[in-house]
Amino acid sequence: MKIALVTGGSRGIGRAISVRLAEMGFFVLINYHTNHQEASVTLQQVREKGGDGELIQFDVTSQDEIEKALGKWLAAHEGAYIQVLVNNAGIRKDALVMWMKNDEWHDVLNTNLHSFLYVTRFLLKDMIINKMGRIINVVSLSGLKGLPGQANYSAAKAGVIGATKALAQEIAKKKVTVNAVAPGFIQTDMTKDLDEAQLKTMIPMGRFGSPEEVAAVVGFLASDEASYITGAVINVNGGLYT
Amino acid sequence: MKLLEGKTALITGANRGIGKSIAIRFAEHGANIAFSDIQYNDDSKQLELELGALGIKAKGYASDASSFTDSEQLISRIMEDFTTLDVLVNNAGITRDNLLLRMTEQDWDRVINVNLKSVFNLTKAIQKVMIKQRFGSIINMSSVVGVEGNSGQSNYAASKAGIIGFTKSIAQELGSRNIRCNAIAPGYIETEMTAKLPQEFRDKWIQDIPMKRAGTPDDVANLALFLASDLSNYITGQAIPVCGGLHT
Repeated sequence: MKIALVTGGSRGIGRAISVRLAEMGFFVLINYHTNHQEASVTLQQVREKGGDGELIQFDVTSQDEIEKALGKWLAAHEGAYIQVLVNNAGIRKDALVMWMKNDEWHDVLNTNLHSFLYVTRFLLKDMIINKMGRIINVVSLSGLKGLPGQANYSAAKAGVIGATKALAQEIAKKKVTVNAVAPGFIQTDMTKDLDEAQLKTMIPMGRFGSPEEVAAVVGFLASDEASYITGAVINVNGGLYT
Repeated sequence: MKLLEGKTALITGANRGIGKSIAIRFAEHGANIAFSDIQYNDDSKQLELELGALGIKAKGYASDASSFTDSEQLISRIMEDFTTLDVLVNNAGITRDNLLLRMTEQDWDRVINVNLKSVFNLTKAIQKVMIKQRFGSIINMSSVVGVEGNSGQSNYAASKAGIIGFTKSIAQELGSRNIRCNAIAPGYIETEMTAKLPQEFRDKWIQDIPMKRAGTPDDVANLALFLASDLSNYITGQAIPVCGGLHT
C-alpha cells in the first residue's frame, strides 16, 4: 500500500490533490486543522473515485501535534511509511507592509514556512530508509514574483522555494525528490474575493486555473515517471508569469 | 490510461536518442506519430515498425528542420497523410563544441540554424493548423546549458537559451487560442550526443549531479508526455528542468 499525506487537504487545492493521488492508487491521509466537515467531504470524494484514505487532524504550526498525530498513525500501521508528502497547508493575511501587524507576518510565516520543517523532518528518515520518497511543496506565483499586499505570503512561499532546492540537493542520492508547484490564480476560496474578470485579462490563457489542474501536476511529480526531476519549481499559471 | 488517445504528434530529430524515446512513449499512450530527421534511413524504417507494432499510425519523413521551406513542406505532407496535428516536439538538435577561440563561423551558424531556427520554422508552419483546431501543445527541447551556460558550448547554450525566449513569447501570443508552448531543459542525458564526450568530462558531469547519475532518454520522454497531455492544461510558457538536481 502506498501512502500519501496532504496537509491542508480539507478544501481547494488540497482537496483536489487528495482526490488525484487517490485516483493514482495512493491511500491518502487527509490532514486538516479545524474544518472536519470539509475534510470529510474530501474523504468522501476520494472514496467515490474508488480510492481510500483517512482523516488526520493536526495544526501544522505545532511540532508537538504533528509528531503525536503522525507518530500515533505510524505506530498503528506497522511496516507502513508515508511515501509522498504534499506540503499544501497555507493561509494568507494580506496587508501593505506599512500597515502590516506583527501577528499577520508571523501567522503566515508559521503556517506556510515553518510547517515545512516540522512535517518534512519527521517523515524524511522513512523515505530515505525505503529508498523512495516524494516531497511536493505547494508554493505560489507570489513566492517567485512577489505580489503587492502579500509581503508575508511572498516571503513565506519564497522561503519554501529555497528550502525545496536545498533539501533536493541534500537527499537526491537517496531516491527522494523534492519539488515545488507554483500555482497562479486558481479558483478556490482563497481567491473568491478577487476581481476575476479584471485579472484574467493579464493571463495568456484568459482564465483562472482549476484546483484539478494544479493537482494533475502534483500527481505527475509524485509518480515514478518524474524520478529524475528534483529541485524544480513548476509554474501552473496559464502563462501569467514566465 | 492512455494519455494521447486520438492525438497526432510530430517529433523532429527522432531517428535516435531523446526524439526516438519521445516517439515511442507517445505511441505507447495512443498517439499517431509523424517523425522527421535529416535522413530517412534504416533507423527511421526500424522506428516506423516499432511504432506501428504499438497499434498506431506512424510515418517517418526526411526533412531539414533548419530549412524554412523544408519545414513548410513537411507540415503540408503530414496534414495530407494524417489530417490533424495536435502536438509538436521541436527536438532536432546538434552540437559543434569548441572554445570561442577556436569556434568557426560555420560552427556557430550551423548550431543556431539546426537548434533554434528550426523551432521558428516548424512553429510558424504549424501555427495555422493549431489555430484552426483551437488546440495545440508545442514542446521545445532546450537544455540546462541554455539556462546556465557551459564552457565550450557558447553556440549550443545560445541556441538553447534562444529557445526559452521564443517559447515564452509564443505561449503569450497563442495562449488565448488554447495553444500551449513549453520547453524542457534536460541535464546530462545518456545518448549518442553525450557518449562522444571524453570520459573525464562525463565523470565530472556525474559528480556535479546531486542524484549522481545521468538521466535516460525515458526520463525526458516522460516529461514530454506530461506536457503533451491534458494533465498540463494550465501550464504554458515554462522551461521545466529534468536534470537530477543539476540545475536549481
